[in-house]
Amino acid sequence: MSARESILAKLRAAPKTALAHPDIAAHYQRFPFPDDPVGKLRHWARMMRSVKTEILWTDATHWPEALAEWADHRRPASLLLSDTPHGHQAAAALATRPTVPALRYFDSELDGWKEQLFHDVEAAFTRVRCGIAATGTLVLWPDAQEPRTMSLVPPIHIALFDTTTLHGDFHSAMHQENWAAGMPTNAVLVSGPSKTADIQLTLAYGAHGPRDLVVLAMLPDGISPAMLEEEGA
Amino acid sequence: MNSQPVTLYPSRQFKDNARAALADTELRGSLRSAMDFLMAKRSSAFPDTDELDALRTLGEAIRQRCLSRLPELLEQLEERLTANGVTVHWAETPAQANAIIHGLVAARNGTLMVKGKSMVSEEIELNHHLEAHGIQALESDMGEYIVQMAGEKPTHIIMPAIHKTKAQIARLFHEKLPDTPYTEDVDALIRIGRNALREAYLQADVGLSGVNFAVAETGTLCLVENEGNGRMCTTVPDLHIAITGIEKVVEKLEDVVPLYSLLTRSAIGQPITTYFNMISGPRRPGEKDGPREVHLVLLDNGRSQAYADQQLRKTLQCIRCGACMNHCPVYSRIGGHAYGTTYPGPIGEIISPHLLGLENTRDLPTASSLCGACGEVCPVRIPIPEMLMRLREESQRPAGEAVDHPLRGQGAAASTTEALAWRAWRRVYASPGTYRLFGWSATRLRALTPPTQAGWTQNHVPMTPAPKTLHELVREREARRKES
Repeated sequence: MSARESILAKLRAAPKTALAHPDIAAHYQRFPFPDDPVGKLRHWARMMRSVKTEILWTDATHWPEALAEWADHRRPASLLLSDTPHGHQAAAALATRPTVPALRYFDSELDGWKEQLFHDVEAAFTRVRCGIAATGTLVLWPDAQEPRTMSLVPPIHIALFDTTTLHGDFHSAMHQENWAAGMPTNAVLVSGPSKTADIQLTLAYGAHGPRDLVVLAMLPDGISPAMLEEEGA
Repeated sequence: MNSQPVTLYPSRQFKDNARAALADTELRGSLRSAMDFLMAKRSSAFPDTDELDALRTLGEAIRQRCLSRLPELLEQLEERLTANGVTVHWAETPAQANAIIHGLVAARNGTLMVKGKSMVSEEIELNHHLEAHGIQALESDMGEYIVQMAGEKPTHIIMPAIHKTKAQIARLFHEKLPDTPYTEDVDALIRIGRNALREAYLQADVGLSGVNFAVAETGTLCLVENEGNGRMCTTVPDLHIAITGIEKVVEKLEDVVPLYSLLTRSAIGQPITTYFNMISGPRRPGEKDGPREVHLVLLDNGRSQAYADQQLRKTLQCIRCGACMNHCPVYSRIGGHAYGTTYPGPIGEIISPHLLGLENTRDLPTASSLCGACGEVCPVRIPIPEMLMRLREESQRPAGEAVDHPLRGQGAAASTTEALAWRAWRRVYASPGTYRLFGWSATRLRALTPPTQAGWTQNHVPMTPAPKTLHELVREREARRKES
């Protein structure tokens, strides 16, 4: 008998009890995250900042400029972009500045240039699928254009986030977007730059993944950065 | 020469290990402050007790439902993963699991494996097995990396190096890593580890990881972590092997939402970890990175023994948060090494007998004061004290006694002296005449009480009978009342 058959036979021989699947949605209805766009954004920002995330409030028109200003200030030596409309928009905005980081598109399989990715790329710019307010989280859905290593290997990850996709909690993100109908090769929830407290419980950022996480958070009409940063926010 | 592998069971020396750990003041200090910190963090992560109660009840219900359909869910998981391009392997024993993993690495002539955190890989002693075949297995979780460099084993399932001070780690890095200056600056120490390990991800032929939840509905392997080493191990090398116990399967994708929340909040008091990594297959055509091959090894190793018994099955609800350890008065004084098992603390006391047999773990069910803290904090409401009582019973049950679900090592803790003592006790208490005679002689001959009384006098003053029995005292009082 194979190991598979033997294990399954042992489990099948065990006593059976019929138990219903619990109502998970009901739990999140009982303890919902308040559905107020400004409140959600404030909480999301507070949570993300508590784990060393830099948030740049912007909008759908001005984000390339915000990115270029950040690059002027931070001066990354190199920036990895995706071969996508937003990747090209970013390149165009950066090209107008006095100091342009070395730009590279993720346009070929990683196997041929793994070493360069590890040694020569300081920052990478990707889009975000959606956000989660309760825990201060970004959801990444890597694909052929924006591969998984972009948000992992370079020391700085810059994420473009449409804040109208911010969900209250993880359950509503998964439920409303019907993730169970089709998962990508790899989906990742990201809440801050990589960190560890493995040495004497002392928190240190930049464990193995990015040291810095910068979010270009695009606000819709009607919500201004001032509304999110008010006293007591 | 025909050499036989020698298997050592440090868990057999639990009492000696515990005594040595108690005498280690540096260890006691590290543990105390770490456990106080983790308990405070957990408590602050659950400010609303109604929500905590409801979430624990939900977590328990999900785990019990999934276990009730375990064989079906494992088959569904296999089917979905296979459809997604992942190869599923089954192993009944650690030897089988090691052989499968070694075979996969050898097929590529691999020489370097980078490992994300996986307790199951520790359970099967994978690193030793691979090293014996000339394959280096490098731990990449910072805590595991430190522990491996020191030639030790993790002392806590979430915080592997919690027993070490930063000075000890500074010394270790300085001595073991070339050109590394001595520094106690934690950021600098992490940077040293980061740089060394980044080269390893780049060079490694294979990445190995554990699994926190395996979703049958979608064929998704979920990994919980803060450091990003898990993502590195599962993304950068061309071959990814995941290994997990058969109990980790959940039915639906939404099942992971409450379980993940319970896990991070109970373990380290974080609302969420930095990464929640959901892997549903190898690199697809057109994708530019990710492993081309993904394998999952499903390990039994005694779990089906726990499954066979409806009471002990609850052991398998565990989501490995470690909260029971953090709150255990025994664990927090002796630390993880003393248990001599992969899983220490209360959860280790109830899972290890299934993995290793009671003959190798007979003292573990008694490593508890039954204070109940572990059961109270368990995010999936495993009644750990009840399990401990049951395992104590099984470890004392005569080896030959026929029962429905015999446990490996039944009767391992039974001692002839103890059995004789109980037989004598039963005889005395079953007959009033003998009882009176025993009471009279015990009180009158109290001066002859032995000063050492087996285990009792190790930590207590000797028990000495009173000058008169309770019956005599009551009779005398009644007589006085009548007189007055």
